[in-house]
Amino acid sequence: MLTTLHKNRPAQLVLGLALGICFGVLLQRGGLTEYDVLMGQLRLHDWTVAKVILSAVLVGMLGVHALHAAGLAKLSASPGSLGGTVLGGLIFGAGFALLGYCPGTLAGAVGSGSMHGLLGGVPGMILGSVVYAHAYPRLKGLRNVGPFKTRTLPELLGMSRGRAVGLMAVALALVLVVLYLLG
Amino acid sequence: MKTSVTAAAVLGGCLLAGGLLAVAASGGLWAAQAAQVAQNMDAAVDMHDLPVRWSPYLVGGGIGVVSILAFLLSGRGLGASTSFMQTGGMLERKFLGVDVGRHEYYRENPPEISWQWMLVVGVLIGSFGSSLASGTFHFEWVPEMWRAAFGGGFLLRWAAALVGGALLGFGSRLAGGCTSGHGITGSLQLATSSWVAFLCFFAGGVIAAAMLY
Repeated sequence: MLTTLHKNRPAQLVLGLALGICFGVLLQRGGLTEYDVLMGQLRLHDWTVAKVILSAVLVGMLGVHALHAAGLAKLSASPGSLGGTVLGGLIFGAGFALLGYCPGTLAGAVGSGSMHGLLGGVPGMILGSVVYAHAYPRLKGLRNVGPFKTRTLPELLGMSRGRAVGLMAVALALVLVVLYLLG
Repeated sequence: MKTSVTAAAVLGGCLLAGGLLAVAASGGLWAAQAAQVAQNMDAAVDMHDLPVRWSPYLVGGGIGVVSILAFLLSGRGLGASTSFMQTGGMLERKFLGVDVGRHEYYRENPPEISWQWMLVVGVLIGSFGSSLASGTFHFEWVPEMWRAAFGGGFLLRWAAALVGGALLGFGSRLAGGCTSGHGITGSLQLATSSWVAFLCFFAGGVIAAAMLY
């Protein structure tokens, strides 16, 4: 692993910016910085978002696991729970539908001129995060409700990581083919 | 002395490799696009608006490549929501004089200019440049779809965006990530919590969108 590079803070800040610019160009050219495209997905009219995310997961999963096999990347998985992941995920979903962007696409939307994103979405996101940070000690109990028994899908399915990656790749490819055929 | 030379060589090599990969990837995208343009010229389609949108599969593949580079060069994956919390903490410290060190959450997750914070700034810059280059940049006060259902008033749209943003901010902290951190980075590492979060984001989103529209 390139640990020297990983620990070089100035280089990392430059890398973060450079990778972010690539990410932003891709989101914008994919139409993912547009309210109508994102809401079209949530209203199940437009499947662009699913095509982009699932392609990203397929390519990223194969590449990152190849790096992992070569000893060039470390994998991690955070624990989850009903009270944290599921409740937080559903609240997030409601916010996603009201705002019409998720956090990354919000930054992209602001870059391409979304004034409701800049004046409403950004301060809202900051506010919601700050409220959480302050309420954190009191929310610990909630996060501990119904902890998940496993951290990774291979553990959950009782199979080797290699096999799980293979199965997931086939499943993702099948879904993408179906989305492609449906247009 | 020797280690710093090695470090510089490694850094230079990585930046060069990363740059070459990025150039190759964007070159590939442009080539694919040029082919599309050439194909569509026969159909007498206006060439000017063709490069505006790229194929969602190519875009997704590109984001996958960006993720791989992030793991290789930075030892982490894409994410976005933490940066908004960090911005909030930095604003609290600067303008409200809040001693962020007294808050447990900020002690565990320091509000600072981080790799991910720079990534989010990069997304904004990248999208700005890309929308300018494609001629799609425009100030949007009320989106088309919203206007059709709720009218063109900015105040209502702004209020919905503010409340939506607050729910996104709170929800992403509680869930431990967003559509990038869980949806892409956690999912590609086959984390159980990320796949659950991913499903909940869209389940919640689809239900709320159906109630809204």
